[in-house]
Amino acid sequence: MNETDIGAYGVPLAMLAGAIRVSTPFLFVSLGECLTEKSGRINLGLEGTLVFGAMSGYAISYLTGSPWLGVLAAGISGCFFGAIHGYICKLPKVNDIAIGIAMMLFGTGLAFFFGKPFIQPQAPHLPSISLGFWSDLPQVQSALSINPLFLVGIVLAVFMWWAFKNTRWGLIIRMTGDSAPAALAMGYSVDWVRFLATTVGGFFAGVGGAFLSLYYPGAWSEGLSSGQGLMAVALVIFARWNPLACFGAALLFGAAGALGPALQSVGITQGYYFFNAAPYLLTLFIMIASVSPKRSLKGAPGELSITK
Amino acid sequence: MADTVNQDAATPAVGVAFADAVERIRRSSEYVVIPLLALIAAGLLFSIFLLALGHSPITFFSLLWRGGFGTEFSWQNTLVRAAPLILTALCVAIPARLGLTIIGGEGALVLGGFSAAVIAIPLVTASAPNYIVLPIMLVVATGVGAFWIGLVGMLRHYRGINETIASLLMSYIAIAIMNFFVEGALRDPGNPNKPSTLPIGDANMIGNVPGLGVHWGLPAGIVVAVALWVLMNRTTFGFAARVTGGNVRAARAQGLPVGKLMVTACAIAGACAGLAGFFEVAAIQGKANASLAAGYGFTGILVAFLARQNPIAIVPVAIFLGGIAAAGGLIQRRMGMPDATVQVLQGLMFVVLLVSETLYGRFAFFRPRGDKR
Repeated sequence: MNETDIGAYGVPLAMLAGAIRVSTPFLFVSLGECLTEKSGRINLGLEGTLVFGAMSGYAISYLTGSPWLGVLAAGISGCFFGAIHGYICKLPKVNDIAIGIAMMLFGTGLAFFFGKPFIQPQAPHLPSISLGFWSDLPQVQSALSINPLFLVGIVLAVFMWWAFKNTRWGLIIRMTGDSAPAALAMGYSVDWVRFLATTVGGFFAGVGGAFLSLYYPGAWSEGLSSGQGLMAVALVIFARWNPLACFGAALLFGAAGALGPALQSVGITQGYYFFNAAPYLLTLFIMIASVSPKRSLKGAPGELSITK
Repeated sequence: MADTVNQDAATPAVGVAFADAVERIRRSSEYVVIPLLALIAAGLLFSIFLLALGHSPITFFSLLWRGGFGTEFSWQNTLVRAAPLILTALCVAIPARLGLTIIGGEGALVLGGFSAAVIAIPLVTASAPNYIVLPIMLVVATGVGAFWIGLVGMLRHYRGINETIASLLMSYIAIAIMNFFVEGALRDPGNPNKPSTLPIGDANMIGNVPGLGVHWGLPAGIVVAVALWVLMNRTTFGFAARVTGGNVRAARAQGLPVGKLMVTACAIAGACAGLAGFFEVAAIQGKANASLAAGYGFTGILVAFLARQNPIAIVPVAIFLGGIAAAGGLIQRRMGMPDATVQVLQGLMFVVLLVSETLYGRFAFFRPRGDKR
């Protein structure tokens, strides 16, 4: 590829490209987490789900030759993890945060266990759509070659935002999250709604994992995700449980994650490891700035253990 | 309970004391029996997992025994791994008494060990004797660890930030800080293969406990565990901490300094993890590098939950899990299974253990006499 020199403009452009590329897993995990949290339960295990989804997606794509089957497999395995979490949390006296930590370790362990043979081989990748044909600059073109999953994520975010407001199911989920007694009084099974919300949330997180291994960075390795699933949980709090805001927050996190590689692309390699910490620092500062002990957060589901 | 004494009022005083003791053992045995049942269930589930993959569970568990506890060498290996596990488990267990779930022990261990190795560099170049170098390293490691997790406690109390998420994020930041310096400014030019800090030198290494083949981190961990048990169960601080863990509002209403308690407990926890980092550097690695982030912080979470956040119970549980980790290499070589096998077993144990929480209070055997639920 012949790079045209565009100097310092390369940094914001690379960050935009990175934001679009890096944000997709954040988007999917945070939408899944948003759904689960809206129903009044928190699933910290999505980190494990993300890693296992990345592994299973890559493995199935390699074995069948179809990346989309890989995405489906990742989603189904995510469902499976979500269902385990959802089922265990139904039992009395079980702490959803602790189960989340356990599922995080269990999911990562299983993914490393089954993923060993898939570290070397090259699996077919997801295709991308070029929206940068109008520009002559190769940087712009590469920045705007967008993965279809990103677009699916946007549609999903808008749909969830609409559905929470305007559909019967959205209302039931919000009611279970805000007041379990109210949902019980209306004759809905709180456990069942939360179980379904956690399972579907797991599906989204699994798909997010498949994006990691099948598009960007685009290979399965044991260091593929370091805390992205967990950052997505913090991101949902920052987005105030609003799926549309989740999308914006995911873009912001993606840009932060792209900062290190973007600076590297224009020759600033000093502090590469430091810029790698940017998303974590950003998450922490955003939480410091947006959370307050004095008032409860606007839009927070009333049953959520994390905000009590 | 008072009602049990009333029931036995007719029997002589010695009989009452004896019956009381039996009663107490019977009731508290619930906290041993249920975790043991959970471990057995996890072992059975893991056997099914192995059978489904065409491996023999019998071979697996016999190798686990041999690699962890079968020989003198494997015992040494086990105890060397148990030492940091005791300390990182304490990093989870102490805040847990206040109702805080801290999972960032890995970060405090890494940063504590790293800063100990860094502070040693000028001292070693000035060829200071080891009785000066080691105490300074020790203080710096525990101090940095205490600051790191103490910060999580402060964020929790003053800003209302969830401590579980914050502590894990800070772990990643800690590892990034170490990598940044180890790959850059503080990299030892004499070690081209693996980026590390300058070695602290053989003269400054902590030796083994005579006749045991295990470094001093193990006795230190046991002493700290006992001391923290006393602190949490026999002092006003511990009582106040447990009240806060039971009910924050009640603690506030009583005028307990909830914020101070939280930050102090977190700082103590971080100091433990930092101490683990000190021993990893001063007794094993001799320098700071990526090997510090070996996952002791994460296994420590499982140790603390298995020990039901009891500092004394942490010691045997840490030895048990250290043994499982020690056997990992042998299992990998003999059975041709990936190194993550141990991680799967640990994860499964963790999940089953948490499921077993639901069993407490279900068995009539463990209930106080006269309680007919």
